[in-house]
Amino acid sequence: MRIRLPRTTSTDHEHGKGDWFEFMLRTSFPFLGVFAALFISAFVLLLLKTNPIVAYGAMLQGAFGSINGLSQSLVKATPLLLVGLGVCIAFKASVINVGGEGQIILGSIAGTWMALTFPDLPKVVLIPACMTAGFLAGAFWGFIPGMLKARFKVNEILSTIMMNSIALQLLNFLLQGPMMDPEGIKAGTFLAQSARLPESAWLARLVPRTMLHSGVYVALAFAVAVYIFLWRTTIGYQIRAVGLNPQASHYSGINVPFNQMLSLTLAGGLSGLAGVIEVMGVHRRILEGLTGGYGFTGIVAALLGSLHPLGVVPASVLFGGLLVGANTMQRAVQIPSALINAILGLIVLFVSGSALWIHQIIKKRKTATMVVSPTKETQA
Amino acid sequence: MAGMIQRIEMKGIVKRFPGVLACDRVDFDLCAGEVHALLGENGAGKSTLMKMLYGMYPIDEGAIFIDGVERRFRSPADALDAGIGMIHQHFMLVPTMTVAQNVALGQKSSKGFVLDLDRVTERICQLSADYGLKVNPHDLVGHLSVGEQQRVEIIKALSHGASVIILDEPTAVLTPQEVDDLFVVLRKMVHEGHGLVFISHKLHEVTALCDRITVLRDGRRMGTRPAAGVQRNELIKMMVGRELKALEHRGYTPGIERLSIRDLRASGDRGVETIAGINLAVQAGEILGIAGVSGNGQLELAECLIGVRKADSGNILLNGADVAGMSLNERISRGMAIIPEERMRDGAVNDFSVLENVFLHDHKDKAFRQGIFLDFKKMAVHAGKLVHDFAVKTPSLETPIKNLSGGNIQKLIMARELSRKPTVLIAAQPTRGVDIGASEYIHQRLLVQRDAGMAILLISEDLDELYELSDRIAVMYEGQIMGIFARQDTDIQTLGLLMAGIKPGDSPKAGSLIAACED
Repeated sequence: MRIRLPRTTSTDHEHGKGDWFEFMLRTSFPFLGVFAALFISAFVLLLLKTNPIVAYGAMLQGAFGSINGLSQSLVKATPLLLVGLGVCIAFKASVINVGGEGQIILGSIAGTWMALTFPDLPKVVLIPACMTAGFLAGAFWGFIPGMLKARFKVNEILSTIMMNSIALQLLNFLLQGPMMDPEGIKAGTFLAQSARLPESAWLARLVPRTMLHSGVYVALAFAVAVYIFLWRTTIGYQIRAVGLNPQASHYSGINVPFNQMLSLTLAGGLSGLAGVIEVMGVHRRILEGLTGGYGFTGIVAALLGSLHPLGVVPASVLFGGLLVGANTMQRAVQIPSALINAILGLIVLFVSGSALWIHQIIKKRKTATMVVSPTKETQA
Repeated sequence: MAGMIQRIEMKGIVKRFPGVLACDRVDFDLCAGEVHALLGENGAGKSTLMKMLYGMYPIDEGAIFIDGVERRFRSPADALDAGIGMIHQHFMLVPTMTVAQNVALGQKSSKGFVLDLDRVTERICQLSADYGLKVNPHDLVGHLSVGEQQRVEIIKALSHGASVIILDEPTAVLTPQEVDDLFVVLRKMVHEGHGLVFISHKLHEVTALCDRITVLRDGRRMGTRPAAGVQRNELIKMMVGRELKALEHRGYTPGIERLSIRDLRASGDRGVETIAGINLAVQAGEILGIAGVSGNGQLELAECLIGVRKADSGNILLNGADVAGMSLNERISRGMAIIPEERMRDGAVNDFSVLENVFLHDHKDKAFRQGIFLDFKKMAVHAGKLVHDFAVKTPSLETPIKNLSGGNIQKLIMARELSRKPTVLIAAQPTRGVDIGASEYIHQRLLVQRDAGMAILLISEDLDELYELSDRIAVMYEGQIMGIFARQDTDIQTLGLLMAGIKPGDSPKAGSLIAACED
């Protein structure tokens, strides 16, 4: 079947309008997915004899209703955004990075090591140095599965998950041994955490009495940078070509395995950066449970943002808010924490499901509009 | 089984698809005992019209009358019950089953739930004798040649009791001799009172076989002519809307040897040797055509030459240097270019814009980037020039390439490859699935490049195309070159035999025995 293209300016206009509608659908549907999930969850809350309006009110209030809550949401959004950006890059090359957790851990270890080893460096040198170290360590952790995929066609989903386990064990070992806080050993508490970072490695707090730190600017800058990288540079072009059609890319002399490896490496780097920023901005030391599931939640944030670097920004803020709000809700209406996880799971399900749905709607809609002007097309 | 259909009429048929009016108030009729051809370019609406008759698509407007009674088919099963069968371009057979089992598929067994293969076998033998359809009911379909599989499809339709059979481009996959055999069978069917619809875009076949010819263009019926005495030019004019310019084939003055292939061997995707020692040379200013039924190693040969498939052994000399061990990028920079056979898979990124598709290779070129950043201004100038020079019809450079027609995509790919000014061009099936207008354009461009001194290796299944363009024609069969001829020294008969793997002198009764020899 041959598709005739409209060639007059008037039809071009229609074409543009269609794209606008498509854009609105694509951007709004993930959020509608969130609402649908909350709607379903409301019935579960009712079964538990909890007023869903009160519960969601508490959630909203907790996430965005106060300076404190808002700051906390942004604190959570920062690592989600960085991990999500990495997922975007990998996804553009048709590679799926499930190794965020491990890459965060590696990044935070490297950043902590850098700060503890060179505590006397001035702030302007130490902070970038820590970030670079964190980025490189995370990138290394992404490079390994990337290389395995490029060289031996090892499935990256399996290998990145396994890299998570290795990183977790590495962190446990370091915190129980070489990196354990000397203060804790002296005091006999033996907490599984490192020494506190020197003050010169602390990220500035932006709002008094909150955790909100300047790392959020770094994350935002990277969102723009990743956008430019993917759409304006030769390497980004190659990554997108490889993701959309590896065969044609290969035929044009683009090195497909290399670009897949590169995209996983960059994704790892961004997750590593998320880790080091979390250390320097929030905890100011490395400790157990530091990743907080950001490595996985970041994937969802990326999906929620339609796998577009700029779309991930609002998506990660929303998801950060959900994480914070869910805590508030749990405290306010006394519901089991398992239910909170169930609600978050529903959101993931609905958001990823809605992606499929939009696709069908757009397809149907195109069918409908195209049929309206057949005579114009045959004349063109 | 229904009685024989005497007359089918389709009146005012309208069918809409996203973005196209596939059929626009088309009338069509068929009588028992005739072959009625549906002629038209790709996308003219031939298959669509017939798929509506066969119940595969619902009709948007219009009606179908069978022997004067209006009928609506909701599925192919309805159409089969009414006595209408269809042989598709891509056969609908189960390769791991025998012929008899395939024919039994979808038929009611006389024993209820128990399969009655003996009866089916009996019926196959009877039909095969009646119509000259040579097949063994106990053969596995997967082991049959394409021509034989087609015969199985015809038997399947006949044993369903079809009195009208629609054949969708039945000759596309056959060698010239197989085509002759098929025509014998079809004439016999007509003689027995069947009505046949013959969908094609090949003029000479249509005029040789059919009684009446209906031409479709852009979903409209351009007219119906009796095949006897119809002018070829008139039909072309109806199909394309204008007369084609005759191709200008200037004198043949080959220059230095640009590409030389020496004892090349390579394996296909399944690890079986698909190129079994090929020797070829292409000179500057010449088009060397490679004829062959698809699947005889042509695809692998093209892939080996450009470097996406590794050769097992042998040499590929490009402008005197052995490039067999070199990467694709090195070969391109040494002057090789390819128009890949699977253009949507290997030649273009569907979701990329026209502009982005122009730079699949050249985005690394210093002329189009500043450091690591793409220089969109210069890219747009270059892409705009190509689109203009090659008359690619696109609303804008930002349009996703998947929205363009096959012909325009092919023109863009050709423009892109030629823009690097290669010395050797491999053109694999450059006009397959491309409309006549675009394919005429592509042919002219290829000849212009030849005259300018390019060495062109033209791989095609379309013998007409090969005859029109090539200076020399090589025939490929099962990974080997069966022979190389100057264009004027050969004829379709010789080529056809070689395409079927029969060298002259191999068999005294060549021609009638092709089916037998293919095993």
